[in-house]
Amino acid sequence: MTTVETAVGTTKTMVLNMGPQHPSTHGVLRVLLELDGENVVTAVPDIGYLHTGIEKSCEDKTYSQAITLTDRMDYLNPLGNNLAYCLAVEKLLGLEVPKRAQHIRVMLVELQRISSHLVWLGTHAIDMGAMSVLLYCFREREEILKIFERFSGQRMMTSYIRIGGVALQPPAGWRAQVKRFLDMMPARINEYEALLTENRIWQGRLKGVGYLSPETLVAMSTTGPGLRASGVGYDNRKVFPYSSYEEFEFNVPTRTESDCYARYLVRVAEMRESLKIVRQAMDKITDDGPIKAEAPGIVPPQREKMKTEMEALIYHFKIFTEGFSPPPGEAFVAVESPRGELGCFIASDGSPKPLRVHFRSPSFINLQALPKMIEGQLIADTVACIGTIDIVLGEVDR
Amino acid sequence: MTPLDTANANAVVEQLCAWNPQAVAQVVEYRGETTIVVPRELLVATAQQCKDNPALNFNLLSDATCVDRYPLEPRFELNYQLVSIPRRERIRLRTSVSAQHGVVDSLVSVWPGANWLEREIFDLFGVRFEGHPDLRRILLPDGFEGAPLRRDFPTEGKR
Repeated sequence: MTTVETAVGTTKTMVLNMGPQHPSTHGVLRVLLELDGENVVTAVPDIGYLHTGIEKSCEDKTYSQAITLTDRMDYLNPLGNNLAYCLAVEKLLGLEVPKRAQHIRVMLVELQRISSHLVWLGTHAIDMGAMSVLLYCFREREEILKIFERFSGQRMMTSYIRIGGVALQPPAGWRAQVKRFLDMMPARINEYEALLTENRIWQGRLKGVGYLSPETLVAMSTTGPGLRASGVGYDNRKVFPYSSYEEFEFNVPTRTESDCYARYLVRVAEMRESLKIVRQAMDKITDDGPIKAEAPGIVPPQREKMKTEMEALIYHFKIFTEGFSPPPGEAFVAVESPRGELGCFIASDGSPKPLRVHFRSPSFINLQALPKMIEGQLIADTVACIGTIDIVLGEVDR
Repeated sequence: MTPLDTANANAVVEQLCAWNPQAVAQVVEYRGETTIVVPRELLVATAQQCKDNPALNFNLLSDATCVDRYPLEPRFELNYQLVSIPRRERIRLRTSVSAQHGVVDSLVSVWPGANWLEREIFDLFGVRFEGHPDLRRILLPDGFEGAPLRRDFPTEGKR
């Protein structure tokens, strides 16, 4: 507690605990706010409430078993986490994934991006006092989750992307279902924009709030929509394409205002770009073809082969008991998650279990910039800033 | 898989060697990724050079993490993933820290974003960072004993 000199005399600051149980902290984030009236003097984020030691647990599992843990980090982007992890293992192995599987991965990950942005938009709108948008967003998200359920059997923790490809063949009738969604969605995004973009309260709460210069954001290692809203068009899908993103035509939306409103506009524009990618991916996915790489001993053999070929049965048994051993070395892969650069670093010592698995989680690193955004601002803006950083605490704490 | 321009990566090594031949102890090329092994004493100066040299321009510190090579010595390997946004290039800096020493210079002065990344390594591995402005535990509670991501720390925890 410190004393502050003001025009009318000396005042004392007060320390306020925001969170860890607070609806606008999106999970269990605690921010220690030192307040001078309504103004934030200092802000210290306190995290770790959801730390479950996922990176440590990965070291005690075989490479394939660890996939299910990755789902549970960023629970709004499980497919993206699967993808980052599998790409890193595949890089470590030098494994080439069939094009068809790559396109399926791209399509699902982009649908996931839309669903994640929908949750962001809905919850952020409710933080700012616009109740109805949440209901609309969750209505559309439900359609995406139904698609995931058809593909993987799971709505959220899909574990659908596997080392060497994807888990299952796409289900019958998937094209019609995805197409229905694509036809419906543009009009729905227009609906959200009609409710929010020109809304005076929305603009009043977001415009000019939480400004950081692009130089500061890069120095603080911020990535994702937060960085792109400041004019830096850094997107891993374009800069370091993976999983055949180089075949797709899409734009990287940027703004230059670098405030909460610009971050909102960037995310909405990204949803539209993702729809474009999903449409292209749908055309690229062939009706039949392999969904897994031909890699005996790494990718589980087909069920029919196990019944007719002895080697296949042996491989099946070995993969699920002992696992496989990538050669010693390290690999780092970064993918563009809805929140920014999601990196996966794996070090192998040549044993069937990873020596080290590390996730460069965008939520964790983007949250670092929060004090810089809100210090000197109003306490109400804290809520807007936490919202537009778009943190998922499961990923912050891992 | 991320295509990387290895021809350019070698240019990075050349630039660094031209600046200070001592800075590059070893270059590891694996799966299209370049790792430059830097002596621990020269880490901050090399990082500063990577950021400030206009021909390198690694303006984004993407990630920093530690690998525990226990029981080998030096057991801790620190890996820094650098990105040059304007030049579209990635590189990894690596340095080693022994168990007895356990201290490395902080990179917060070069990239302020290193702050939480280094706190995480301090928290989970017990590697200390000299010159870090706020070296506290970040994920684990303050009273926690030990560094859980070390290889000699049991996965099920200490009873």
